[in-house]
Amino acid sequence: MLELAAVTAGYGPVTVLRGVDFTARAGEVTCVMGRNGAGKSTLMKAIMGIVPVSSGRISLAGVDIHGLPAHQVPRHGLAWVPQGRRLFGPLTVAENLEVGGLARGNRREIRAHVLSLFPRLAERLDQPSATLSGGEQQMLAIARALCLEPRVLLLDEPTEGLQPSMITLIREAVLRLKAEGVAVVLVEQRVDAVLKMADRVAFMAHGRVEETLAAADLTPGARAFRDYVGV
Amino acid sequence: MSFGPFLLLALMEGMVTAAVLSLAAVGLCLVFGVMRVVNVAHGEFYMLGAVIAWFVASVVPGPAWAVFLAALVVAPVLVGALAAAADGLILKRLNYDPEATIVATIGLLYILQQAALTFYGPDARPVAAPFTWRIQLPWFGYSGYKLFVVAAAVAVLLAVWRLMTRTRAGLIMRATQVDREVAGAFGINVDRVYMGTFALGAALAAVAAVLVVPIQQAHYLMGGDPLLLSFIVVIIGGLGSLRGTVIAALIIGLSDGVISMFFTPTLAKILATLLVAMVLVFRPQGLFGQKT
Repeated sequence: MLELAAVTAGYGPVTVLRGVDFTARAGEVTCVMGRNGAGKSTLMKAIMGIVPVSSGRISLAGVDIHGLPAHQVPRHGLAWVPQGRRLFGPLTVAENLEVGGLARGNRREIRAHVLSLFPRLAERLDQPSATLSGGEQQMLAIARALCLEPRVLLLDEPTEGLQPSMITLIREAVLRLKAEGVAVVLVEQRVDAVLKMADRVAFMAHGRVEETLAAADLTPGARAFRDYVGV
Repeated sequence: MSFGPFLLLALMEGMVTAAVLSLAAVGLCLVFGVMRVVNVAHGEFYMLGAVIAWFVASVVPGPAWAVFLAALVVAPVLVGALAAAADGLILKRLNYDPEATIVATIGLLYILQQAALTFYGPDARPVAAPFTWRIQLPWFGYSGYKLFVVAAAVAVLLAVWRLMTRTRAGLIMRATQVDREVAGAFGINVDRVYMGTFALGAALAAVAAVLVVPIQQAHYLMGGDPLLLSFIVVIIGGLGSLRGTVIAALIIGLSDGVISMFFTPTLAKILATLLVAMVLVFRPQGLFGQKT
């Protein structure tokens, strides 16, 4: 589905990603783990066309998408939930969802499906998103991305700072998307969350994917977690 | 004339100032709010609106109202197109860097001003009002055209408010205002939004100028005062707040009318500048701005 081959990318003269090879498959959750500064968030931004790719190839279902202007990338079926949610704070919940669906024509049935995943948002449609709780904001950030009807969903630390009940809700939503055939790429630091959701785990260090392992082969005390995450 | 009617006259003059000022300032506020660009050339777009209105008046035949209507359409369209070109040729190439765009728009200010001096000349030239009827109050007569200016400004401001709050274009502009990067990730062409916003801001300044030119005359140096007052209004109202900008324009416009009538126009400007200083000291985010 989503393939990166030898991707090098960075901010101006600073190179962050140094020849990344990475694959995300339909109906799978691929987690990306690594220490701070390993390049996880930059990887997400490079896929979305926000950080320019200087060499290598990014393709989605065989179609090259690197080098496209950032606003054209979501039309190919890629959606991004950025770290820290980054909602349009003064806009209402309904308006955030409308922006999410702009590239797909804001079809009513998509919005209804998204709200069925997060019924709590349906009760708060007219509320400015900045006034939602942290968990509700994260739900909205995911719901906004789902309005794009993505084939690939990039989630950057969606459980960061959330209480356990919210983490469970987010996890259930991710697993439901996986069951619907969406390729989920999840940047996550919590080993327990990774083991409950992931099919495969890509470990990053120094701007490269150093190792990709099947989640079934990993235990909480596995060597890879110690080597690449420090836990 | 006794104090009451004198005050009424001052307030009516103040309303005209506030109406024109709010249009120009809302244009400046939109550009800053959405693009984070401090457009120092905003006053020159205002001046160009007036100058183009004079050109239209001098070439279009027909009754005064038809000529004025033509100017009211042509000037904002041409000024908006010029602003869109300036955005594509200058601001976009600077990646909308806040500091660089200030310097660039200072340069644009002088280019537009000198171009107007070269092609239009140094003289102040009048444009006929579309109608000349006067409203007769018990104490004094008052220009019907000035009341039209207030009504037209209110109509345009309502249209801008509706555009921003009730349309898809407004939603896109507000989303881009909050987070340019995330807006792009949801398929919004940020470059196009910026170009449209810069053009709209300039067109609003041009509308204000066309409305005022039958009262003030067109002159190549007329952009200075509206620029200064627009900055004062936008700072008092809160950077990026349309509601704050309109309310601040009312405060500055009405106080300008009253103080100019009872004292001097210079004192009105001094007090407005003092008010800005106080706002910057005690409430830097402005009356309706949000702390960052």
